[in-house]
Amino acid sequence: MTSPLLEVTDLRTHFFTRAGVARAVDGVSFSLAPGEILGLVGESGSGKSVTGFSLIGLVDPPGRIAGGSIRFAGQELVGLSEDRMRAIRGKRIAMVFQDPQATLNPVLTIGTQMALALQAHGRVSDRAAAERAGTMLTRVGIPEAATRLNNYPHEFSGGMRQRVAIAMALLNGPELIVADEPTTALDVSIQAQILAEMKALARDSGTALIWISHDLATVSSLADRVLVMYAGRIVESGPVGAVLRAPLHPYTRGLLDSLPAMAQPGQRLTQIPGTAPSLLALPAGCPFAPRCAHADAACTAPPPRIDRPGRHALCHHPLDAAA
Amino acid sequence: MSEIVPEAHGPSIVAAQSLTRRFDPHLSIGDRIAAAFGARVETRPVRAVTDVSFTIRRGETLGLVGESGCGKSTLGRLVAGILGPSSGEIRIDGAPIMRRGRKTTTRIQTVFQDPFASLNPRRRIDATISEGPIAHGLITRAQAPAFVADWLARVGLDPAVATRFPHQFSGGQRQRVAIARALAMKPDILVCDEPVASLDVSIQAQVLNLFLDLREALGLTCLFISHDLSVVRHVSDRVAIMYLGRIVEIGPAAEVYAAPRHPYTQGLLDSVPKLRLDADAVGFRPIAGELPSPLSPPAGCAFHPRCPRATDLCRRERPVLAPHGATEVACHHA
Repeated sequence: MTSPLLEVTDLRTHFFTRAGVARAVDGVSFSLAPGEILGLVGESGSGKSVTGFSLIGLVDPPGRIAGGSIRFAGQELVGLSEDRMRAIRGKRIAMVFQDPQATLNPVLTIGTQMALALQAHGRVSDRAAAERAGTMLTRVGIPEAATRLNNYPHEFSGGMRQRVAIAMALLNGPELIVADEPTTALDVSIQAQILAEMKALARDSGTALIWISHDLATVSSLADRVLVMYAGRIVESGPVGAVLRAPLHPYTRGLLDSLPAMAQPGQRLTQIPGTAPSLLALPAGCPFAPRCAHADAACTAPPPRIDRPGRHALCHHPLDAAA
Repeated sequence: MSEIVPEAHGPSIVAAQSLTRRFDPHLSIGDRIAAAFGARVETRPVRAVTDVSFTIRRGETLGLVGESGCGKSTLGRLVAGILGPSSGEIRIDGAPIMRRGRKTTTRIQTVFQDPFASLNPRRRIDATISEGPIAHGLITRAQAPAFVADWLARVGLDPAVATRFPHQFSGGQRQRVAIARALAMKPDILVCDEPVASLDVSIQAQVLNLFLDLREALGLTCLFISHDLSVVRHVSDRVAIMYLGRIVEIGPAAEVYAAPRHPYTQGLLDSVPKLRLDADAVGFRPIAGELPSPLSPPAGCAFHPRCPRATDLCRRERPVLAPHGATEVACHHA
């Protein structure tokens, strides 16, 4: 086992609002090996995006990292000065966001933007920058890359724009890419093209990838391991196939059963009752207990960590326990 | 020209006949002058829907699938009578739904994708739900409170929330309100345009279950529009696949999903990431290329530039919908 590229321990990112403290990320721990693809799955408000933003030091007030540690290639990122963080962000850790329209500057050609991204992290001549930018665009499947460098973002389709955003993330040869719902806004046929390319890129360049998504199917076709988040915590983690075949946590089971693909057409879906709790008023004990069919008196205490080979879950009543 | 399917499978309630909807660009005087002098001003119309015909049988749900820009939402709006067609018409039980550009029936109602945009933020939801039925004389003003309470209960909301405003509800709850508003008009036909697209997976399952329950209880006929192939498979009896403004395949859902005949349908189904329960199962296989611009659709078959089976015939001649068993397919090589 190689030493991990990223080691997150007991990460707590809290938002100090007037209404109270929202514990968006509350005690998240995981590690990532070089070249590994990790899927981070959860519904709105589960804390999956805030986890991603915490990794690259982009949590805005009233939020801040209230505790825990993020070690990246041996270096502690929590508490790092903005200058030193900026040297890492975009160079060694890159991010791809859901909306490429918001990532790209509308008044600069993409060639200019890509050159700026390169020159921010070292002395690169304009000619060398254009060459590198062209290579990256070709690599993410944009035809006629050399002429496309002179185009503005609005001259690209949505799918092509997201490819440009991915090419920009790859420019400085990062060791880790954090991708937050990068294909959610795209059509299925374009999503499939981008998934295929991301998979090949991670394999060929050895870049580690954290893929944040609400879509279990997308994550399952891409990732090696999956983390399932609920109310700011990782409630289950493990290899994708094992977790989907036999989930340990009732929430993971519920998410799978909610998918129409898992049911007979026309039959009622096995739904999870209720809605996710407000982060400002989390129930004591297990936050999933009010929606959980397996909940009993024990669940009013914080759930224990259940360890299985290569996997773990936070639950009083893991689904593999004999009934 | 596509023909209407012979009504061999029971009475149809909705019939769309050669529907076409064109959007002409709004040109200012300046634009017109500039165009006359040869400036690059877009003067071509967009054909969002071209020559689409289909029927929906009573009690049936027709799923309508396609990617952004294929015209599925425009088609939904034509069927709902929100937009008038450029040519062709929609009939319910033989009667046209539009007269002189205005909808003449309340038998069709719509549930839209975004419950944040489709509910008036300044109006209490009891007013939102009862306004239509009062205006059309289905209930009196005095009956409204009991009527609203009944509908809220039927969509799984506490009747006590009747006096709240939309911002006090979550996305899933708002979509329940939108469903109550549509069904309060006692429609026979419901057009659902991406009703669960903006909802979380667990909430989506709740709303789909509600939809299935109400559809059965009220005997609704539905046009269910979605980009999500698994959602459409789940709720539909028949499905229609749209590409660049035309239906390329239409037939029983089980048949179309198990044995798609049009290469686009096949590509679309292969593109959807599957839950990969085995480590070595192939999750998905993409279609090459992108949707062409509807301003200048390719000659012949609109799908030919992306199609692995395209031949000279496909580049020259546009295929028409032709029956293959219970399914109709517009492909030279089906």
